[in-house]
Amino acid sequence: MPKVKVDGVELEVPAGATVLQACELAGKEIPRFCYHERLSIAGNCRMCLVEVKPGPPKPQASCALPAAENQEIFTQTEMVKKAREGVMEFLLINHPLDCPICDQGGECDLQDQSVAYGKGSSRFDENKRAVTEKYMGPIVKTVMTRCIQCTRCVRFAEEVAGVPEIGAIYRGENMQITTYLEHAAKSELSGNVVDLCPVGALTSKPYAFEARPWELKKTHAIDVMDAVGTNIRLDSRGRQVLRAVPRINDDVNEEWASDKTRHNVDGLVRKRLDKPYVRKDGKLVPATWNEAFATIAAVKHGGSVAALAGDLLDCETMFAGKVLVERLGGSLLEGRQTGLAYDVSSLSAVNFNTTLNGLETADVILLVGTNLRWEAPLVNTRIRKAIKKGAKVFALGPQVDLTYKVEWLGNDASLLGRLPEAVVEAFGKAARPAMIVGGGVLAKDGAHGDTLALVETLGLVKEGWNGYNVLHFAAARMGGLMLGYAAQGGIKAVAAAKPKLLFSLGADEVDYSAFQDSFKVYVGHHGDKGAHAADVILPGASYAEKAGTYVNLEGRVQRGEKAVFAPGDAREDWSILRALSEVLGATLPFDSFEQLRAEMARAVPALGVEGLADYGWSVPSLPTGASGEFGFPIKDFYLTNAICRASPTMQQCSAELIHGETYAEAAE
Amino acid sequence: MSLGYYVKSFTLWEFVKAHALTLKYFFKPKATINYPYEKNPISPRFRGEHALRRYPNGEERCIACKLCEAICPAQAITIEAQPRDDGSRRTTRYDIDMTKCIYCGFCQEACPVDAIVEGPNFEFSTETREELIYDKAKLLENGDKWERAIAANLAADAPYR
Repeated sequence: MPKVKVDGVELEVPAGATVLQACELAGKEIPRFCYHERLSIAGNCRMCLVEVKPGPPKPQASCALPAAENQEIFTQTEMVKKAREGVMEFLLINHPLDCPICDQGGECDLQDQSVAYGKGSSRFDENKRAVTEKYMGPIVKTVMTRCIQCTRCVRFAEEVAGVPEIGAIYRGENMQITTYLEHAAKSELSGNVVDLCPVGALTSKPYAFEARPWELKKTHAIDVMDAVGTNIRLDSRGRQVLRAVPRINDDVNEEWASDKTRHNVDGLVRKRLDKPYVRKDGKLVPATWNEAFATIAAVKHGGSVAALAGDLLDCETMFAGKVLVERLGGSLLEGRQTGLAYDVSSLSAVNFNTTLNGLETADVILLVGTNLRWEAPLVNTRIRKAIKKGAKVFALGPQVDLTYKVEWLGNDASLLGRLPEAVVEAFGKAARPAMIVGGGVLAKDGAHGDTLALVETLGLVKEGWNGYNVLHFAAARMGGLMLGYAAQGGIKAVAAAKPKLLFSLGADEVDYSAFQDSFKVYVGHHGDKGAHAADVILPGASYAEKAGTYVNLEGRVQRGEKAVFAPGDAREDWSILRALSEVLGATLPFDSFEQLRAEMARAVPALGVEGLADYGWSVPSLPTGASGEFGFPIKDFYLTNAICRASPTMQQCSAELIHGETYAEAAE
Repeated sequence: MSLGYYVKSFTLWEFVKAHALTLKYFFKPKATINYPYEKNPISPRFRGEHALRRYPNGEERCIACKLCEAICPAQAITIEAQPRDDGSRRTTRYDIDMTKCIYCGFCQEACPVDAIVEGPNFEFSTETREELIYDKAKLLENGDKWERAIAANLAADAPYR
């Protein structure tokens, strides 16, 4: 723990800290472009110059200089000021200064820092350099003339995303950042380079010229595209959400968000259900709320009521649905739409017990039947970090490119019963072994039991460490399981019970042909599969249009706020269910959202507190002996839910990044 | 009561003085003008009706940077932007609510490309309020109509900027 002096203030900094970090600890602002907390140090922008004693009598780049015992650092001296002005003048030599037409304007590091540390004028009279635009795919727009060559994007692609496709060519003044052969960067995290870029060289293509940062209302929300529960900020203007950007939460998403999280928002204004519909003579016709409610009230269900929860639901809606079904005399609740029927007697056996943060510290990892890149891209980045610290990764399942070195054991479920000697040995030696069980496993009979049996064999649970992880990919899954949206036998059992009245709460992945005899009420926001099959449609709110509680895959309870109002006649889901319950004669016991939350916290106390829910640890005895091949449940990363399918950006990503590739290969 | 008082009152001195004043102004040049047939000269900095200008080649100047919208103290300007077919940044909507506008001229000061200007026209009264909500077409039309006067004013004022 070296002691340093920053501008005369003495303080102790952690061992291995750089001078820049020491200055930050002392509360001094150091301007920087290339330095980023989560990327490796490049030291090429030279903006972070400070004066350091003892040392050569010249300014030094603080980001790349280790803090040492008895160092004296000066951040405000005349030399530092002059150095910063000089560097800023150099950086602006080739910058086009086209701020008025640049999307970064208003949130640009170069703008802010040139105001704060620049000289205000330039002595450069010669011609400026110009660089041709590069193609980086449907998400990232490039204006490479603005690039200041900080190489943050290059380091991000290589270190975090794991697709070393962005790089620099030529040198000196001619240096250019480009993608390999100008192909689209094939990463589900490519959108993050937009946030990383300190200037306007890489900007968001779908958001191009849409708005200025100062016009936007910023709302803290939770993403529902996958089960990671990415903390996001929804930027909205008027009634439209214009963009989603990640918030920093080191426990969940660090600073990243997947492309799906960022760019599904244009789907929020397309294919929306904005008025109630009632099916008359086989056709859905617009109706009033009263007509729709009366149609539902006319159904003679006799207590045969069921509710299906979609993947994007908040806990409040699911809780209101559950109470409504119970008050009507039913008990069938299910959220696993695609027919999964795994045992949920112990929630810890279907939870990501290691936690996302813990996974970083694992030293041996076994992936079973999971395509992490598509099921949870941000979990994949955590594994990359673990590997950087020396972890070894084995995987069982269909071989895919996970962006890091994986030892593939084959795609045979029976291997779970007879793991190769090398794997067992590696796990035996490991201090923090982890196993990640994906959706492919839960879909296979006996495989869940097989993996639970391995907990003992591989020693996954130790003092202060639980290495058994189930990876869900629906944002509503853990919350749904906590609220009891898991019928014995899964959705097949619900269908077999032939419920007379079926509430489909945004369930768009269900095979509704199994529910032909049920009267289907769809409460949801998009005109997708669920709405097509429905007898009555009640227009609800999407995740951006309601406050809600979400539980991520590790059992972390998080709350999001409401960013905008739902379009047209659409209402927040819980209020629809509340109004409907009165017509059905089974009034729900809450009149406001706060009361609903309180009721929910009373029923499931863990949902009342933000943070990790404690499921304890117990292993149910399940049938074992799976055989055959694993399959991946996600067929198309960009089109996994109704919002994505309505989003032109996601459709374009899917066509270009997933199908374009196969088409191109077929043409060769 | 002095003698002077009686002299003044019997000669109707004040009456004569008033008539003299009237006569003096009767023969002086007129201060009023015969509006609308005659108009006062106005300064090149006069802030009248808004206009969106074009470049000499016909390309609209406005690049949708939204600085005018940001600075407008009356929040009278509303802009929406999108990439045009050729990829350039252009407004799809540029509205000024002339009933809100306080004619402070901040918008033309903020404009980096001299696109939005307050021209010399002050005769744009309307019979309905709706007509005072200007859209982009109206503003561009204003620009086309007043370009010569606006350009002359800008040139006249340029040395002082």
